Amino acid sequence: MLKISRYVLYDIARNKVVLAYTLFLLLVSLGLFQVEENPSKALLSLLNIILIVVPLVSMVFATIHWYNSYEFLELLLTQPLGRNKVLLSEWAGIGGSLTFAFVAGVGVPVLIYGGSAAGVSLLVVGVLLTLAFTSLAFLASVCSRDKARGIGAALLLWFFFALIYDGLVLLILFAFSDYPLEGITLALSCFNPVDLGRIYIMLHLDVSALMGYTGAVYKDFLGTAAGMAVTLGILALWVVLPLAIANRIFRRKDL
Amino acid sequence: MISVQHVGKRFRKLQALNDIDVSFEAGQVVSLIGPNGSGKTTLIKSILGLVRPDTGTILFNGRPIATDVNYRRHIGYMPQIGRYPDNMTIGQLFRMIRDLRREETELDEELYFRYKLDTLSDKSMRSLSGGTRQKVSAALAFLFNPPVLILDEPTAGLDPVASGVLQEKIIREKNKGKLIVITSHVLTDLEEVTTHVLYLQDGRVQLHETWEALRKRTGEHKLGRAIARLMEEGTAKHEFLYLKIAN
Repeated sequence: MLKISRYVLYDIARNKVVLAYTLFLLLVSLGLFQVEENPSKALLSLLNIILIVVPLVSMVFATIHWYNSYEFLELLLTQPLGRNKVLLSEWAGIGGSLTFAFVAGVGVPVLIYGGSAAGVSLLVVGVLLTLAFTSLAFLASVCSRDKARGIGAALLLWFFFALIYDGLVLLILFAFSDYPLEGITLALSCFNPVDLGRIYIMLHLDVSALMGYTGAVYKDFLGTAAGMAVTLGILALWVVLPLAIANRIFRRKDL
Repeated sequence: MISVQHVGKRFRKLQALNDIDVSFEAGQVVSLIGPNGSGKTTLIKSILGLVRPDTGTILFNGRPIATDVNYRRHIGYMPQIGRYPDNMTIGQLFRMIRDLRREETELDEELYFRYKLDTLSDKSMRSLSGGTRQKVSAALAFLFNPPVLILDEPTAGLDPVASGVLQEKIIREKNKGKLIVITSHVLTDLEEVTTHVLYLQDGRVQLHETWEALRKRTGEHKLGRAIARLMEEGTAKHEFLYLKIAN
């Protein structure tokens, strides 16, 4: 399995997109830490950029790479290699290289300038988001043979999680503002990895006071060690579940 | 060796395979023929596990292929349209496949050298002509000296010399007692090597018998003629049915 991943990595290393992504992240992080006096504020700005950029890049890159290496996958499947193995190797190759880019681009500056608990949690969330959106991209890719449709689906998913979902949650909150909604808000945020990541880091940054009563509920539940473990667990589920479904679909697919 | 049992496959509206029930044994050279869209490639892809049949099972040496992918190490497959990673060179491609199957020790590089692919090893797959691509496919199919060879339109796009080389190679492998399944529309290519004829139409087996029996039955010595006669009879039957319904 590692052997196949190596060839995927080799292919990714040659097309330089991941290198550009690394440099971009490095520049943004270094720039923010240079401009902001307070590393905590810089982390907050960085958070907002990461929550948009990381899912988008992971998703688009993984989808495009999947379709571009379709011939490679087909070739592998005529050899004595199982479908699970091929899919997981491809995932490991893409997810691994994107994780490397994130850790190199954001991790290094964060550890130099703001190596606090918040900084570390930002890295953990960033890595989990990278992998979760790679899995989602795989799910979008295996569902469709058509490249344009696959990339479209990936972009829509990103759009949904990054923008539309928050709007929907707000809509629900307004519509039912007469009722106690804290528990529901908490549950709703579990269905969006981006929200989950944002809340997790916010709690580490002690800005949850700005989030009003809901913030207090978040703090109450998620602020505890158990709550944090649960949050990370759910984020991890966002990595595993889409990949498992994608794997299931891919196993039954006709090539 | 390969036993296809009541296999059916439907692609949306098209019934690509309809209750196919055949088996192939070592030493046979099976010509898989039929009009375009009759299910030849789907059958081959089902045997390779690339297409999952809706019904029925396929056994390789008595074991169902769905449970274990290792049977594929005994099959050399030459696809109709060889699709390879664009940004790899020929050399890298062969190195990769060999690396992925390192446990195989006995390599058969005859075609690789006879097609002079070693001199092209720096060429990227993107820049290859259709014929050269076909040569790569052929060399890969024979590379690990597998006991079963499945060749989908092997001579399409090859020049006469390359085609001849492949023909010779097929005969030599046949004499080693391998099972070879070939589809082709160039029936004269098949005539010399084939032992069995499997004729598919609309996803059904119309005919599966030895070339000798077919020759005796139709009285034709050319495979093309024999098949043409069968096809005519087939369409005649269709027309008859149609007329019956129409009236």
